[in-house]
Amino acid sequence: MGELLFSQWYVQNLIQFLKSSQIYTDLQHAAQHEVSKPSIRLSELKKGVQNGLNSSGWDRKLKNAIYTYLQTHSRLSPNAAPSDHLKEPLLYLRKAQQAWEKRILKSLNSMCTELNIPLARKRPEKEQKDLLTRWTELSVDGPDLSQIRPVYAPKDFLEVIMSLQNPNYNNGETPGFYNMWGIIQVPLKVKDVNKLRLLFSEMSINQCQTGIDDHSDIPTELFDNDRMKLGRKVIAANHGPLSQEYAKKGCPFSLRAEIWTQIMGINTDDLDVMYYEQLKFNVSQHDLLVDSLLYKDVKLTATNDDQYFVFEDYLYQILLPFSRDTVVLEHFAQNSASPPKSYIRGKLGVEEFSVIYPPNGVIPFHGFAMYVVPLCFLYQDPIKLYYVFREMYVRYFFRLHSISSHPQGIVGLSLLFETLLQTHEAELFFYLKSVGCQPLKIAFKWLVRAFSGYLSADQVLLLWDRILASNSLEVLSVLAVAIFTFRKTNLMKVQSYNAAEAVLADLTTLEVIPLIQLSLFSK
Amino acid sequence: MSKTAVRLKYACDLDKSVLLNNFEARGWIAVGPEDDWNFYWANVGTIRNVFSVENGYRLQDDQVINHFPNHLELTRKDLMVKNIKRYRKDLDKDNNPLAEKDETGRYIYLDFVPQTYMLPGDYNLFVEEFRKNPNTTWIMKPSGKARGIGIFLVNKLSQLKKWSRDSKTNNFVPPSSKETYVISKYIDNPLLIGGKKFDLRLYVLVTSFRPLKCYMYRLGFCRFCTVKYNANVNDIDNMFVHLTNVSIQKQGEDYNAVHGGKWTVSNLRLYLESTRGKDVTDKLFDEIDWLIVHSLKAVSGVISNDRHCFECYGYDIIIDDNMKPWLIEVNASPSLTSTTSSDRILKYKLINDVINIVIPPGEMPDVRWTKVPQRDVLGNFYVLYDEDLAQSDPMTLDPKNKVGPGALGNRAKDAKGRPSPATWK
Repeated sequence: MGELLFSQWYVQNLIQFLKSSQIYTDLQHAAQHEVSKPSIRLSELKKGVQNGLNSSGWDRKLKNAIYTYLQTHSRLSPNAAPSDHLKEPLLYLRKAQQAWEKRILKSLNSMCTELNIPLARKRPEKEQKDLLTRWTELSVDGPDLSQIRPVYAPKDFLEVIMSLQNPNYNNGETPGFYNMWGIIQVPLKVKDVNKLRLLFSEMSINQCQTGIDDHSDIPTELFDNDRMKLGRKVIAANHGPLSQEYAKKGCPFSLRAEIWTQIMGINTDDLDVMYYEQLKFNVSQHDLLVDSLLYKDVKLTATNDDQYFVFEDYLYQILLPFSRDTVVLEHFAQNSASPPKSYIRGKLGVEEFSVIYPPNGVIPFHGFAMYVVPLCFLYQDPIKLYYVFREMYVRYFFRLHSISSHPQGIVGLSLLFETLLQTHEAELFFYLKSVGCQPLKIAFKWLVRAFSGYLSADQVLLLWDRILASNSLEVLSVLAVAIFTFRKTNLMKVQSYNAAEAVLADLTTLEVIPLIQLSLFSK
Repeated sequence: MSKTAVRLKYACDLDKSVLLNNFEARGWIAVGPEDDWNFYWANVGTIRNVFSVENGYRLQDDQVINHFPNHLELTRKDLMVKNIKRYRKDLDKDNNPLAEKDETGRYIYLDFVPQTYMLPGDYNLFVEEFRKNPNTTWIMKPSGKARGIGIFLVNKLSQLKKWSRDSKTNNFVPPSSKETYVISKYIDNPLLIGGKKFDLRLYVLVTSFRPLKCYMYRLGFCRFCTVKYNANVNDIDNMFVHLTNVSIQKQGEDYNAVHGGKWTVSNLRLYLESTRGKDVTDKLFDEIDWLIVHSLKAVSGVISNDRHCFECYGYDIIIDDNMKPWLIEVNASPSLTSTTSSDRILKYKLINDVINIVIPPGEMPDVRWTKVPQRDVLGNFYVLYDEDLAQSDPMTLDPKNKVGPGALGNRAKDAKGRPSPATWK
């Protein structure tokens, strides 16, 4: 298939997408408005309308819509492979993911049976009303959680990933030369340090960064002022690619909220508000088992976190509607995972009675709330917070807990971490391996949670700036390596896994940007 | 700087690990309060004896102690309010621009304490004010008690009458200063974060009142109510909603022992800058510094400025939803009990930094010292105001920036127009 044909097809899809989205009717209205202006000359109708749309900012909005589409739709040809190959081209990983999903679902079902609670039940009317009146203070009088336990934790997931084997790569019983040194045994292509340097070139040491150069002891007000001035200009331009470019060097606290929404093309208009209200209403209608899982997760993590406890009530206002949001299902087109199915009572296995459970297809695990908490620092309005979180999830976070060969999937990130560490900290890697402490066993949980809950909140946000700016999660692996390098002296003295874990237990004092710079650019 | 070279003798009234661990880490020698100590961490009760006229105890040049003799001028609610009121009046008389008022008669720069009356003394004044604005809530506090003891809310005059009837019939003691109450306008529009009310606990170290030398600690914290804030007056009896004292909150069933409802000031700054912008946040923190300096200036004339004394105050501040900070009260002996592990670290560092500023590291205390510590010993403190330095600072010698309060006044006007760094520091 020629390149031309593909791009034609892609553009057609894009146009189709635009035609069915709101911006199309908005543009039409705006164009009609332009036409009705008395200044329009009939002879130059088209030009006049176009100029009018440009000057009223519609060209920016259209460009932003196209940009968002480009960012979120993969440029893979549709004819090359069937749809499940698009989700995950490698058969053995596809199968591993399916087996993992089956396991999660089974454990969810057995919890239901054990505790004798349904996956879902309709709430009595009184309870519905009560829930809506308590909406902003759900932390008080939550459900009874004593019997509820998280379906899985990152370490369970790590075991699954460790057991992944490429069947074409088997060299028999003897652990020989072909075995990989780390615990990831899946051969995937990952970036080397040179490619990473290119990807994060704006972070190189000779470039001033927000998050370092605005805080140091030397008077740096100049840099800070310039950065703020530039940031305000970028925000005023309201153009996604500009904001993304700006974020490469980090966002000042006070501009981040706006920069991020521009990068992701989030506007939260009236329609979004209505949609959120509908989700909220849906929460009030039915009580789902996942609600209890979400509650339990918040109670186990955020409630006890000295940075995030103040946001507990916000988390329920985000997580519960999220579980009802079927728009989230669209991301499964690119996710190796598939939404779990359940069946209406008594119709087990009958396809026409199957329903996706939970409605958004995402079963939360221990630490899921950590994807939301850093965002609570940025958005006071729960609705805005909701859409930012949803976009972050369907763009990035879903990759951190599904098995795939995608370079930004958790397997790829884990392998990237191991490879970088082996290449650039060979001595440390082999020392830790020799005392029975595979580094990934410690770093894995950091990666799965995108470091949220491990670093201090401002550092997580600086890190996530780079995720959004590079549209890539690979910075997580780079940081994990950098942390090992940074604590190398102490790690080289440990004699056991527990001791190594203790050395790396508290990361709240770390400043992530200098660490990343050191590990990428200092050698 | 070898700390081991000089071994100070210390006395300590409080059995608190954050104190004792600090003294031991410095290799100091424990002695009794009756012995020849160099450093005495006394509780507020003892301090009266140390400085009493009958006692006749004369402190030597190598002795320092952690309270000023009459700190009550600042740390008892009624006296603090009285002093601030007088300070404003005096400035007003001098036609000082700081005492400027707006058209409703409010001080533009010095309105930082909620309206307050002393009871029973000011009862008639209070009733007059209450009748003017009958729909406000007031908070009653015994002037001599701490940690939320004896506090209640009032929104009807009848509640106050009932209280005064009850307290009269209960005991026939003449009203002494201990039984006086202050009644203050309740800040009913507090800034909420995550829907919850909080107040700020900030630590301020004063090493001298004349000239004023004070330091602000960077590691203050917010204390959150465990219960969601609800302006509904029906909740008036649920004190958990209104009071942020950890001693009160600890009794609530939702108290969390891991973080103790405490949130660092740096988190507050991150949140406020992210959601409200840098200018607004800078202005708020600038105003907090400002109100602390003026509360200290208000008492600097009446405090007996003994050279042997220093004091570390716990300032309680509430921010309202217009981002205006209000001074609620000042504690002379902020709690040194640690509720959580990060709390313990914070308080250990606090005491360490206090000692470093009060006694030059590696030296014996000497009250003849200029009390200008080296920059590098400040730790997490920063200089809030140093009257000596302010006077020698070329910035403030500029005829437009008058020394002392005048310099502060200019800053306030700057802050209104455009955000400017606090030049008066």
